[in-house]
Amino acid sequence: MILGLLMVGIIVCSILAVTAKRLLASAIWLAGVSALSATLFYMLGAREVAVIELSVGVGLVTVLFVFAISIAGDESMDAKSLVPRVLAWILALAAVVLLGWMALPEVHTAEKITELTSTDILWQQRGLDLLVQVVLIFAGVLSVLGLLSDKVRPPSGKAKGDR
Amino acid sequence: MISMDPLILVLIGMCGVAGVGLYGLLASRNLIKIIVALQILAKSAVLALVAAGSASGKINLSQSLAITVIVVDTVVAAVGLALGVQVRKHFGSLDVSNLSSLRR
Repeated sequence: MILGLLMVGIIVCSILAVTAKRLLASAIWLAGVSALSATLFYMLGAREVAVIELSVGVGLVTVLFVFAISIAGDESMDAKSLVPRVLAWILALAAVVLLGWMALPEVHTAEKITELTSTDILWQQRGLDLLVQVVLIFAGVLSVLGLLSDKVRPPSGKAKGDR
Repeated sequence: MISMDPLILVLIGMCGVAGVGLYGLLASRNLIKIIVALQILAKSAVLALVAAGSASGKINLSQSLAITVIVVDTVVAAVGLALGVQVRKHFGSLDVSNLSSLRR
């Protein structure tokens, strides 16, 4: 029952995040999706992921979005989309049907087996993943710094038109 | 009331969330909106991972995989938003149809 309500809430929040006119509202609805997902993860037994989703998905990503929107401006865009909306809905529905057709027959619940703790799995079996994560975070920070740095442009005659 | 397996419920919901994310990816012209849609798509993948781990009894393995997805997703969002800010500075708009430098 509660799982169903959470799933409905996640879907409603994601629809509102995609269809909101203002970018700030879109970011806030995305934070709602993350918060409800974190609750769902906790109820499914994935406690570490719930905590990380709550701190990263609701906290860090929302702060990043608000920061980017405050710099770039909250411009609403009512123009026609590049792909016609009807075609986009049809493609999305086709993807949902395909996904369900592939995923749902694989459903079979198994008994809970004794396994290593998630910390052991992360450090012993998934050490390469951890290394890739560290490298990715480093590369991400470097690229964000490079992208956000204001380079001093050489003076030119057309400087008036620059924005 | 018909009782449904929680895993099937979460998987059906995951399909819906993935569909909404895909629609947003196709229908949006705003760069920041596209990143929001990407985040929703990644969220559906994490949901599916955790649900599968919970059903198969290997929740800890699925948790370690989900953490990797969340980290990668956050880095993608950060780099995409920084790119969006630069696009706004250079082109004066977040509209993706303005990005082609050949369209003058």
